[in-house]
Amino acid sequence: MLSRTADSLYWMARYTERAENTARLIDIGLQQSLLPGQQREAEASLAGMLGLAELLPIYQKKFGDVNPESVIRFMVLDEENPSSIWCSLHNARENARAVRGQITTGMWETINATWLEFLKLCEEGLPLKEPGKFFEWVQMRSHLSRGITIGTMFKDEAFRFVRLGTFIERADSTARMIDLRFHHIETLDAKAGLLDPDDPEFAVREFYHWEAVLRALSAFEAYRKVYRDTISGTRVAELLMLNPDVPRSITACINEVVANLENVGNGNSAETRRRAGKLAAKLCYLTLEEIAVEGLHLWLTKLLADIDDLGVRIRQDFLVL
Amino acid sequence: MFDEMLLENGTVRPHYTGFDRWKSSREAGFLESKKAEADHLFRQVGITFSVYGDDVGTERLIPFDLVPRIIPAAQWARLEKGLAQRVQALNLFLKDVYGRGDILRAGIIPANRVLGNAQFRKEMLDLNVPSGIYSMIAGIDLVCVGEDEWYVLEDNLRVPSGVSYMLENRKMMMRLFPDLFGSHRIAPVAHYPDLLLETLRQGAPDAQEDPTVVVLTPGLYNSAYFEHAFLAQQMGVELVEGKDLIVEDDTVYMQTTHGKKRVDVIYRRIDDDYLDPEVFNADSMLGVRGLMRAYRAGRVTLANAVGTGVADDKSIYPYVPEMIRFYLGQEPILHNVPTHICSESDSLKYVLDNLDQLVVKEVHGAGGYGMLIGPSASKAEIADFRAKLMAQPDAYIAQPTLSLSTCPTMVEKGIAPRHIDLRPFVLTSPSGVRMVPGGLTRVALKEGSLVVNSSQGGGTKDTWVAAE
Repeated sequence: MLSRTADSLYWMARYTERAENTARLIDIGLQQSLLPGQQREAEASLAGMLGLAELLPIYQKKFGDVNPESVIRFMVLDEENPSSIWCSLHNARENARAVRGQITTGMWETINATWLEFLKLCEEGLPLKEPGKFFEWVQMRSHLSRGITIGTMFKDEAFRFVRLGTFIERADSTARMIDLRFHHIETLDAKAGLLDPDDPEFAVREFYHWEAVLRALSAFEAYRKVYRDTISGTRVAELLMLNPDVPRSITACINEVVANLENVGNGNSAETRRRAGKLAAKLCYLTLEEIAVEGLHLWLTKLLADIDDLGVRIRQDFLVL
Repeated sequence: MFDEMLLENGTVRPHYTGFDRWKSSREAGFLESKKAEADHLFRQVGITFSVYGDDVGTERLIPFDLVPRIIPAAQWARLEKGLAQRVQALNLFLKDVYGRGDILRAGIIPANRVLGNAQFRKEMLDLNVPSGIYSMIAGIDLVCVGEDEWYVLEDNLRVPSGVSYMLENRKMMMRLFPDLFGSHRIAPVAHYPDLLLETLRQGAPDAQEDPTVVVLTPGLYNSAYFEHAFLAQQMGVELVEGKDLIVEDDTVYMQTTHGKKRVDVIYRRIDDDYLDPEVFNADSMLGVRGLMRAYRAGRVTLANAVGTGVADDKSIYPYVPEMIRFYLGQEPILHNVPTHICSESDSLKYVLDNLDQLVVKEVHGAGGYGMLIGPSASKAEIADFRAKLMAQPDAYIAQPTLSLSTCPTMVEKGIAPRHIDLRPFVLTSPSGVRMVPGGLTRVALKEGSLVVNSSQGGGTKDTWVAAE
C-alpha cells in the first residue's frame, strides 16, 4: 500500500485514541474537584496535566489561572491548541478523509459523523454545561470507531497500521497518566506534610486518588479481580504497567505493537521489530521491585523515550516518503 | 419555454405519467420530509465539494433535487449514437493535430487557430500516445430546447467531473424510493466504475498483462476530492498524490510500504499545467517531476492525454461538425449551437450590435464564470462587457441565448420549473466507445437562471433513461 496511505491510517487511529485519552484525563481531574475539600488539589492536578503535555505556558498566557472551565475551553474547544479534542477529532477526520477509499464505508461514516456531531455539541455548549456527559460521549465515539474498524475492516496491512497507531498512542498515554498521578501525589502530599502512611487520613486519600486513575483507565473491575484487596498505589501501578490482560496497560499495548509489526514487516523494519520485541520481553519479566530500585518516575521517563523511539522508527520504516 | 414533464396545457407527457401518478398518491409533505432525509444522508456520507474562495476545508452539499429527469429510451438511443460519433471525431482530430496535421493542410480549420491556441501543447507533437486515444473520458454537455431537439453546448475533454454525483444520486433515489424503481424500467448506471476501469486497463502501454492503474488527485482540498476518492475506491485502485509518485529510468513508480511499485496507467485529475514541473509550471507542487519523460518514452499512459484542451476550446467548438465530416465522412447526428467567433471582424460587429440577445463566453472560461447572458443582464453589465470585448475580441465567442428545457424541481414554495442540462460521460478504449445511459443532470435552482454550474448555486437530479 502507499506509504502516505499507511501514514494517514496510522494518524487517523492515533488522533482518535488521543481524543479519547484526553477526555479520560480531564474527566478524572474534574470529578475530583467535586469531592469535598479537594478543589485545590483538583486544580493542581489539572495544572499538572497541562504541565505534562508541555501546555502550561500557552495555557497561562491565554487563560491565566487554572480552573475547570478554562481548562475545558483550552483542552476541548481550542482550535489553536494542537492537543485539544477539537484538533484531535479534526485531524482524525482529515486523515480518514485522505484515505476514505481505503477504509470501509462504515468507518468513514462513523468518523465523519463524530466530527459533525462534535461541532453540533460544541455549538449547544455541552462540554461546559455537562462535561461528564460530553467526555462520556467522546469515549463512546472512540469505542464505536474502534469497534467498527475491527468489525468491518479487511485484516490486511492497512488494518495493522491502524492498530499500530492505536497502541503506540495508548501506551504513551497510559505511561503519562501513571507518571502524572504519582508525581502529583508525591509532591502535593510532601508539601502538605501528609506523607505519613500511619495517618488514617492517608489511606482514604490514597483510595480516592487511585480509584480515579483506575476508573479513568477502565481498570477498576480488573483491579478487584486481580487483587481482592484494598486499593494501593503500588498495586495500581503494577496492574496498569505490567498486567498483559488489562487492555490499557503498557504491557498490553506493547504486546499489540509487536504483534501488528510482525504483519507489516518489510526490508527496513527488522531493527524496529527487534526493539519492540525487546521492550515487550522486558515488560513481561519485570517486577515492581525492580522498577522501585530505579525509581518510578525515572523508569517511566525511559519507557516514554522507548515508546517514542518505536513511533519514530515505524514512521521511518514505512510511512515517510 | 419547453418543459420536459408538462405540456403547455398542463397535461403530463407520457414518459412522466408513472412518476406523476406515484407522486399524487403520496400525502402532502412527503417529498419535503424525504428531502431532509437525503440531505442528512449526503452529509453523513460526506458527499461534499469545496468552493474556491471559501476557507480551506469548507465543505458544502450540492443541492440534490428529488424529482427525476426522465429521458425516453428512444431519444437516448439517438443521443448515444451522436455522442459516440462526436467523441470519435474529436479523438481523431487530436491525433491529427499532434501528428500529421491533415485537417489543417486541407484548410478545414485555420492552422493558427489550432497551433496558436493557448491549449495547444507543442510537447505533444509526435508523441506516441500509448493507446492512441487522447480523451478516454469525455463529458459532453447537452441541452434540450424542444421535443427531441438537443444541442451540444460544449465538449469537456480534459478532466470532466460530476460522474460521482450521477452514481450517488441514483443510489440515493433507490434508497429513498425503492417502489419507484419497481414500477419503472430504468436503465442502470452503477456499472460505470467497472467500465472506467476496463477502459483504463485497456489503455496501458507495452501490452502490460496486469497493469497497475492509479487515480492522481491534487489532494484533500481540491473541490472534486470526493469524486477522486470515490472513483479510486469503486475501481479498487490507489488514490495517489504527486508526492507519492517518482520517475526513475523513465518509469513511474509509487512509494509503498514495501518499496517502489510500477504504475502503468494514471487517471489524472490534475490540469496539464501542474502535471510535471520539469516541463510545465515549474512551481507546481501537485505534479510529478519527470512524468512527461516517462510519457514520451511510452512507459506510462495518461488519461486523459496532455493537450486535449485544444479540441474542447470554445474557439475550436464551431468546427466540430466539420471534423465529423472530414474524419468519418458522416453527417453530425448532434447539433452545434451556432457560434460567433469574436476575433472575426464581421462576427464581432454582429455580436456588439446584439449583445442584449446573446450569450457571450470567454474562450478559455469554465465553471460558468466570466460570461454574459444578454437578455438577463443589466445595461451596466452589457456596457462593461462591450468594453472587454472590444479590448480583447479573440478571448470571446457568442451564441444565441438558448431557451434550455425546464423540469419540475423542488423549491422553497413547492415544485416549480427550473432550467436543466445534461452531461453524459463517454468512455473510449481501443475496443470502442461506451457510456452508461443518461449522465448527470444539472439544474439552475434560481428562477429563470440558465447557469447550472454547482459553483454558481446549481443542483443535480437523478437522470433516468426509461423504457416507455
